[in-house]
Amino acid sequence: MSCKPYIRETSKTTWYLEHPRYKRYMAREVTCIFILIFTFELVCALGAVANGPEAYAAFLAKLHSPLSILFNLVALVVTVYHSVTWFNVTPQAMPVQIGEEFVPGQYIVGAHYGIWAVVSLVVLILGVW
Amino acid sequence: MSERQIELEVLRYDPEKDSAPRFQTYSVPCLNEWVVLDALNYVKENLDTTLSYRWSCHMAVCGSCGMMINGEPKLACKAFIHEYSDKIRVEPLAHFPIERDLVTVIEDFIGKLSSVKPYLIPKDDQPISAGEFKQTPAELIKFKQYTLCINCMLCYAACPQYGLVPEFVGPAAIALAHRYNQDSRDGGRDARQEVVASNEGVWECSFVGACSEVCPKHVDPAGALQQVKVASTIDWYKEHLMPWVKK
Repeated sequence: MSCKPYIRETSKTTWYLEHPRYKRYMAREVTCIFILIFTFELVCALGAVANGPEAYAAFLAKLHSPLSILFNLVALVVTVYHSVTWFNVTPQAMPVQIGEEFVPGQYIVGAHYGIWAVVSLVVLILGVW
Repeated sequence: MSERQIELEVLRYDPEKDSAPRFQTYSVPCLNEWVVLDALNYVKENLDTTLSYRWSCHMAVCGSCGMMINGEPKLACKAFIHEYSDKIRVEPLAHFPIERDLVTVIEDFIGKLSSVKPYLIPKDDQPISAGEFKQTPAELIKFKQYTLCINCMLCYAACPQYGLVPEFVGPAAIALAHRYNQDSRDGGRDARQEVVASNEGVWECSFVGACSEVCPKHVDPAGALQQVKVASTIDWYKEHLMPWVKK
């Protein structure tokens, strides 16, 4: 080793601007914030339900504000983005081996979409019912 | 064979003379079939004998010629000139200290690699007279892809987490630990987990996935690390919720 190796510091605040793949990663991470806020909204909804029909009606009225509708639309879009990007990497994290072959990745991704559709349908049916 | 004049911008650093690296541009008459390593060899042989860089096999097997080519970690022997414009920027692998010119200090990686015990630790001592350890094709494919790692360190140069937290054991070392953990002949997982499942081990990985995107041998270290996370999480639950179950 040389007596004076040169060390290049990685910027702690701007590193993700250095490459498009880092920006994609950060875009995915940032979507978590919307999911966090939406989860908080869901907890508030549960609280309103627990406090009786009037409290729930007041909560629903708040959701009708333009700002709330805009937030929920944005939250829906980023949640779909977050979910799709996660589904796309599941074959790497959860490979399935049958005999001497690995199950092709698209089947694992497809299974996630299938379960997502079934769960969404069940929630929809329960909601309507 | 067609010839193109390429402006090769190379990062130079002489620890005895320079206080910081600087770019030096060489005009290289390249054949279209050349790779960047050929252009560097041309410089070394015809224009500037002082240029330092590592290389050996010229066929993507030895893993020596990893460098940043236009900001992307690449093997110089696998980066074809015809895929680039007339100006190519060549720098030493990111995240490693520069020893001289394109040569980096790799002791950190070598230390991390040895720390995960990347070799077979047999489950049971077996005398030679007992014969070979047999393995079925189904047992082989569990780890075969990870055996393709050539320790070129492109994954470390691509991993922003390694740049930010140099203590991170990193993609290649953990993928190789996973390779031996997955091997039916091996019994060394517990010994490796001390390093692999530590905070500086697999939990430092945030699944950027850059390591797998740049891997020249399609090892998919990012996938290996996620599988190690799943297995380590199962270990934790077994240990805390079902202490009577053997790992």
